[in-house]
Order: sequence, then C-alpha cells, then structure tokens
Amino acid sequence: MAGATLPTPLERASAPASASQRCGAAPGRGAPAAPRRSRFSRLPLRSAALSVLSLALFVLAWHLLTTYRVNIYVRFMNVPSPSDVLASARTALASSAFFDHVYMSCRRILYGFLIAAAVAIPLGLLMGRFRLLKELVFPVAEVLRPIPAIAWVPMAIMLWPTNEESIVFITFLGSFFPILLNTLHGMATVDPVLVRAARCLGAKEIALLREVYLPATLPQIFTGLTVGMGVAWVSLIAAEMISGQFGIGYFTWEAYSLVQYSDIALGMISIGALGLASSWAIRMVGRLVMPWSAAR
Amino acid sequence: MTAIPLKRPVTTETPRGTAPTRGRIEIRDFGLRYETAAGATDAVSSVSLTVEPGEFVSIIGPSGCGKSTMLNALAGFLKPTSGTVAVDGKPIDGPGADRGMIFQQYSLFPWKTVRENVEFGLKMKGIDRAERARQARTLLGLAGLSQFENQYPDALSGGMKQRVGIVRALATGPRILLLDEPFGALDAQTRLIMQQILTNMWQRLKISVLFVTHDIDEAIFLSDRVYVMTARPGAIKAEVAVPLPRPREPALIMSSEFLALRRGLMSLIREESLKAMGGEINDDAMKGLAANFEGQDIASAL
Repeated sequence: MAGATLPTPLERASAPASASQRCGAAPGRGAPAAPRRSRFSRLPLRSAALSVLSLALFVLAWHLLTTYRVNIYVRFMNVPSPSDVLASARTALASSAFFDHVYMSCRRILYGFLIAAAVAIPLGLLMGRFRLLKELVFPVAEVLRPIPAIAWVPMAIMLWPTNEESIVFITFLGSFFPILLNTLHGMATVDPVLVRAARCLGAKEIALLREVYLPATLPQIFTGLTVGMGVAWVSLIAAEMISGQFGIGYFTWEAYSLVQYSDIALGMISIGALGLASSWAIRMVGRLVMPWSAAR
Repeated sequence: MTAIPLKRPVTTETPRGTAPTRGRIEIRDFGLRYETAAGATDAVSSVSLTVEPGEFVSIIGPSGCGKSTMLNALAGFLKPTSGTVAVDGKPIDGPGADRGMIFQQYSLFPWKTVRENVEFGLKMKGIDRAERARQARTLLGLAGLSQFENQYPDALSGGMKQRVGIVRALATGPRILLLDEPFGALDAQTRLIMQQILTNMWQRLKISVLFVTHDIDEAIFLSDRVYVMTARPGAIKAEVAVPLPRPREPALIMSSEFLALRRGLMSLIREESLKAMGGEINDDAMKGLAANFEGQDIASAL
C-alpha cells in the first residue's frame, strides 16, 4: 500500500511548482513526468553524490593532516597518508597472506554468527511462546548479557581446547544476546488476532510457531541479526588481537608491533569494509526472506 | 452459482431450497465470571440462544455487554464458567476449522499473499500444494478477487481485506460462521457493499451465521433474527424476528417494515446503552442536556 501511494506526496509537492512554471500550458500534461524525474534523479542520485562527496572530503582531510604532519595535541606525524595505505594495500592484495587473514576472520564470523542465530532464534521463539522456559532462561541471560565478549577471552581460552574454537565462541557470545533479545521482543509484539485467526483455521502448536510466530517476528529477528553481526565483529577483532594467530584483527595488531603503520590503517579499513559487507548481506537475505515487507 | 467445488457434503449437495441439517448452535445458561482485584464480576449471566442450521442471527447490545465473549466461547477461545456451548449437540472443545471466524481487526497474515491466506486452512488440513492452490483460486474467482491473488494484504483496502478474510474462513467449509463486528472499521458505503456480499455468500452456502454488531441497521438488514443484550452483566433482553423478504436490496432500509423494526430495537438498545454508561446520563441529565439557551451563550443564560 505504502509502495503504491509513495508517488502521491511527491506528486503533490511538485505539482504546484510545475504548475507555476507552465503557467497557462495545457493542464495535466507533463505533470506525470515531473514526479518521476524528481523521484529517480533527485533522491537517489543526490544522496549517492553526497555520499561520494562526504567520503572524498574525509580522504582529503586525512591527506592534508598527514602530508603536513599536523600536530595539534593529536599527533598525525606517524599516521600513514592515504597514498601510503594505497601502496601497502597494493602489496597486501598481491600476497596470499592478507587474504588468508581475511578468510580466517570471515570463517570465524560465519561460524560464530550462524551458530548464534541457530541457537538464539529457536530459543527466543520458544521462550516467547512458553512462559516457563522464559522464566527459567531469562535470569541467566540477564546476568550474562552485560559481560562484554572481550571479558570472556581468558575464560574462553580455558574452556575450549583450541584457540580457533575459543575465538568462534567469543564471536558467538557477541551476537547471541542481541539476536535472542530481539527475537523475544518480536514475539511479545505478535498481533494476537493473527494467532486467533490461525487457530480458528485449524492451526496447532507447531504450525502456529512456523506459520505465524516466526514470520511475524522476522522483522525483529533481522534487526537482531544486524545488531548481532556488528557485535560479532567487535568481539572477533578484540579476540583476534588478544589471542589470535590469524585474522584481520591479528593482522592489524601485528602491524602495530612490527611498526608497519600503513598496515594498521589497511587493517582498519578492511575491518570496516567487511563489517559493511556483512550487514549488507544480512539486509539482502532479509529482503529475500521477507518479500512482503519490500512492498511497504 | 450454487455449486462450489469443495468437499462440502451438506451444503453443496443439498439442492437449493432444502433446509441444511448441520450447523445448529446452542448456548444454554451461558455465564462468564472472572476474578478482579475487587472480587468476582459477571461479564455474562445465564444467556441462552440458538441458531438453527442455515439461519442468520445477530446479537446487538451496548459495548461491554459480552457479545464478543460468547463468540469467543463458540470459537473455542474461552470456556464458560457456567452453562454449555454446543454445535450440533457437541460441546465446544478448543478452536477448530469447523467454525470460521471473522474479526473486526484485519486478520490476514501480512506475510502471505491473498491466495496463500485463503490456502491457510486447507494447508492446516494437510491438503497438498497443487490441490489447495486450485481450491483457493476457485474460491477467489467466485468472490471476484482473482486479480488480487498474488498481492500482499498491505496492498489491499480495508473492505478488500475483509472480503479475503471471509473467503479464507469459508475455504475449509465450516458449518458455522462467527463474525465479530467485521465491518466496524469500514466506511458506510463499503459497509453496505460488504453486507450484500456477505448475505449473497451466506445464501449460496447455507451455513449458520452468528453476527455480532452494535449497528441496528446492519443487524436488521442481514438477519433472520436479532438478539438484544442487556448492559453488563450481559443477558438476553429480547429476541426479535426479522420477517423481511429476501433477497434484500439496499432500498429496503427505507421501507416502513424496516423502520418499524428499527424503532423497536432502538428503544430497547437505548435503555441498555444508558445503563451501560453507568447512570452517567439519567433522565434528569437528559433534561439538562435538552435545555434551550435560545441563542445566548451559557454564561449569560446562567
């Protein structure tokens, strides 16, 4: 409905403007073209241009601050310039070692995140459905939730036989609670009339969960997944910096130890890009899984 | 238009004009009492009513009189604290697809297309994908909704959503249709059209309908009989037969028979509505409200 009516406010907004321009031309002609042009050219193009501009300004500021070695309390003299980073990116992208780091980090994220989603979503659905389960699990979750994933590092190393498993565990912990809490919140806001309608149509418990509660909760689940993915990266990088041997977090920390300053920036930018790519991927999956919300 | 290609042994295969034999609703000495902080309160007390197979019966009453409570008991969402609720002699035990229900709030699943919504009850029955798609398409065709089958409910108007809701409730071939102020959220024009669509479907399917409303015109226009309920605790105040001929056209509401029924029901309802407002508006207060200030403002009149 919203999708269909979207052009209307634009039409209204642009109608008086174009009417005053035309000034006596045949009314009604050309009017449908006006909103279309404004919708396609003005909005997305404008925001795209502004994004490019904002990034360009950022790089320019970075460039100026580093080439002139600005030193106003904050010291830019050792900070690598954009061209330094570009040069080290060229060497890094030519070697397989850098890709190994990226691959290791992505694999850890994928395992930790997928296991967290696979546990937290069903648990959240069941906790939302059965009060006893919620009352049993919720106190534990509330106590564990405020502990940052980084604080789990020593414990994780003790708990798990290999380093790899402890890092995945920390990534899992980071994304687990946002997914669980958002799923629970989604369950609490399921429209009861939909549940009643389903039961009137003969739906039993399992069908209710699968056909009503799950799809009704999906928007909040995906909010949880997006937040969880962000926290997963935070936790992963921290864990890799402390206990890793591979991974993009380790790469960044190692660059600092080896006084390879431009690699620090390269590592940071890579982490940013990977984070961006993973949240984009979740959004795409969300659109595939919830085709009805695309129409809104 | 009589044959509906669904497995509906009673309703479709009965030749037109023969009375259906299933779908008798029987509520006897229905009472619902619930505990509050201030003690036990009766929401509904000793209501008895019946709906004969194939009959269209409405319940009207002031808000909070427990009309919806009885529908919920019939649907199987709550159990009466006293009395019995039965369909075809069998006491109700939980919700089921043999009783279709339409709610005032739009209750289409927003994540399913129109056709998937209509298919839902059939899916719950375990009918395979191809067969339920065929049945849903047929039903949507009969209801004139074919061109919307692949749309999501968000793209539909309120009246359209309720039409799909009715088709969805009928898809499983229920013996009984329960409607809880289904057109309350619609504008007056859409409402009239929906009422005609509903009567039309009801006449073709010959199922029993129990319709809850607070709109007197709607109740008369649609029903064979109307039960009037009292203010809380809800009880049956009157049972009014509506002997108007069918099919009923919208012009009927201007006829003297209709207006006479309307006048009778109005006065019955009015008493109860005043009571329902907790004596806030008694006769004295009404006199006060009727005071004529003859064009002066209140301050100078005082």
